[in-house]
Amino acid sequence: MALTNTKEKIVKKTLCIFLLLLLGGNAHAALNVFACEPEWAALARQLAGDKVSLYTATGALQDPHRVEARPSLIAKARRANLVVCTGAELEMAWLPVVLRESGNSAVQPGSGGYFEAAQAVQMLEVPTRLDRADGDVHATGNPHIQTDPRNFLPIADALSKRLIQLDPANTAHYQQQLATFNQQWRAAIAKWEKQASPLKGVPIVVQHKGFPYLNNWLGLKQIAELEPRPGMEPSAAYLGQVLNQLQQHPAKMVVRAAYQDGRPSEWIAERAHISAVMLPFTVGGTPQSGDLFALFDDMIQRLLAGLK
Amino acid sequence: MFKKTCLSVAIAALLVHPLNASAASDADLQAIREQIQQLKQSYEQRIAQLEQRLQAAEANSKQAETVAAQAQATAQQAGVAQAAPGAVAGTGSEGAFNPAISLILGGTYGSLRQDPAIPATGFAMNPNPGHEQGFNLGESELGISANIDADYRGVATLALDPAGGVSVENAFVQTSALGNGLNLKFGRYFSGLGYLNEQHAHAWDFVDQPLAYAALWENQLGEDGVQLKWLAPTDTFIELGAELGRGRGFPGSGRVKNGTGSGVLFAHVGDDIGIEHSWRVGASLHKTHAADRISDVVPDLPGTANGVSNSFSGDSQTTGLDFVWKYAPNGNIRNSYVKVQGEYFRRRESGLLAYDINTATIGPVIDIFSVTQSGWYLQGVYQFMPAWRTGLRYDRLDPGVATIGARNAGNVIGNYAFNPSRLTWMVDYNPSEFSRLRLQLARDNSRQGLSDNQFFVQYIMSLGAHGAHQY
Repeated sequence: MALTNTKEKIVKKTLCIFLLLLLGGNAHAALNVFACEPEWAALARQLAGDKVSLYTATGALQDPHRVEARPSLIAKARRANLVVCTGAELEMAWLPVVLRESGNSAVQPGSGGYFEAAQAVQMLEVPTRLDRADGDVHATGNPHIQTDPRNFLPIADALSKRLIQLDPANTAHYQQQLATFNQQWRAAIAKWEKQASPLKGVPIVVQHKGFPYLNNWLGLKQIAELEPRPGMEPSAAYLGQVLNQLQQHPAKMVVRAAYQDGRPSEWIAERAHISAVMLPFTVGGTPQSGDLFALFDDMIQRLLAGLK
Repeated sequence: MFKKTCLSVAIAALLVHPLNASAASDADLQAIREQIQQLKQSYEQRIAQLEQRLQAAEANSKQAETVAAQAQATAQQAGVAQAAPGAVAGTGSEGAFNPAISLILGGTYGSLRQDPAIPATGFAMNPNPGHEQGFNLGESELGISANIDADYRGVATLALDPAGGVSVENAFVQTSALGNGLNLKFGRYFSGLGYLNEQHAHAWDFVDQPLAYAALWENQLGEDGVQLKWLAPTDTFIELGAELGRGRGFPGSGRVKNGTGSGVLFAHVGDDIGIEHSWRVGASLHKTHAADRISDVVPDLPGTANGVSNSFSGDSQTTGLDFVWKYAPNGNIRNSYVKVQGEYFRRRESGLLAYDINTATIGPVIDIFSVTQSGWYLQGVYQFMPAWRTGLRYDRLDPGVATIGARNAGNVIGNYAFNPSRLTWMVDYNPSEFSRLRLQLARDNSRQGLSDNQFFVQYIMSLGAHGAHQY
């Protein structure tokens, strides 16, 4: 009898633990949001406040093209109510597997729980020909849309609508958050544009073709890339060519994203006597870029510092 | 404008109204006037605000137009077209619905000292996928996949044999429409057991599979059947899976009757540790029944030249453990990473063995036969700089000691007293995500007394759609 009792107790305990595991984490927030990149997590935080529980799939120091479909990502996608990603094929190396393996029908592409930011903005660098000989090009255009703050306005609008669609009980809250964000963001854009006015027309070199939206916004003139083809590592021979080119047409600085290897940029900067500028690229890329506002504050400060 | 007119009329009406109210006292009148004054002020303020907002909106839209024009100009300068927001789909022709097609081209050059047809010692009754010598076109792999409708997705992988044949490697339908973490797959698929089994050849880290996979699963187990997986709704990845199949690949012999020929259970648990480490461990159980599974060129105790052909019928049960651990500085696998993995399989087979089925004189000798074989490997791959990786692998097999019925005690070898092993080193260069060139050296001690130095050069290229890889 004693043995059966202990056995029963163990079974009950195990069941309890299992149930707790099942319910764990779901208790507080209304919506579980799975953000593919930190900028969308930051935006969701601005638009939803504490009404969502956020998980960010990639860090600012990770190349968002090259992420693995890790078990942890699949487990988080399983419980997500909303997946917020850039789209435009940026996550195609990992997101399809994560979503498929998650067994979560609510967040599959095409369903209400799947949100692509790139759908809300004007895409740049849409290739007129699709050929892998051109490197890792994206058929729908350059996916690094988060480097132009103006893109966040239509994205915020669309994302807020999606939050309301999924969580109509908090409609007033989301609308109010959106109005506040729009107001603050417009003011911030005006401030940044004023600060960045000396950058207009400044010739720059980039390591990866990751900044067309930033260039378009601030009027920076990109004259060369260090990657011979998008996604390919810069070789010594190719860097030499870029250096020659820079002697003919000098640039002010060489720009790279925080997640990229700094060596090619530094190599060029040293030889061409220009400054190497590392930009946070997304929220958390530098210690100073803790949220969306700080991200652009920091980007502009770093670019301005590169002018000197 | 309409609002403004309305307001003016309303205010006018309010202003006119008191004149008609002759009965009202002066004090009342005063109070009403004050109220009207307040109302007027409040409305005027609001109107002014509205006008301001209207102006701001107009200015913004103008700004947006300019911005759009600028964007267009920049885009044109860069020589690229520009898409309207959300415009992704193609031309709207039938071709827009074409599935994703990928083609893997692979080939090797192999240099071996020993005949690759000789199996690992003690594993003559197991498959021996072996290697190819000289220049050799590997299997080209044609993959086609697409969503069938809102619920189903279809995948087909055809292996194009260099000799000219086409075989169906994978052809399955999968659905996650069941929700609740359930994933259903049916058709022909690679079983979810172990870690490497589901990976396609082009994703292998070495030219060949570990000895354990080669001898125990004929490189990998492909099944015709149904697979159901369930993912627990927990923060930690916990996945349980079950399969029922035909028992198509080794160690099964392809059931041709009603019912199922094999069953698989597997469980995977995985997670991250910080942003730099990730891991997954798994356990699997595979059961099948072999019927008249024939093996040729099996050495025997009498020392028959060129061996004999045996046939085995009986139950086969395999348990497996697997783990993988990955590390990347800052979690950024582009620059560098380390991947360490290992697997262990243990198979118990027991049934009847027919010895020398081709003998013309006395007919095959049939008696009981049971054996426990096992194998494991441990490997590490290190990407030491972008595009360059190197890897080291150690393999080992244990043929076990067989229990043999008395009638075959003088025929069948029960104890080989030798553990096959191999040490392999590779380095590969990946100019892009779509191409890989590899060099591999191996010191092979899988055949007793026939140690081999193996040298391979391999290329793997992928064309067309490049699907996402599994962990």
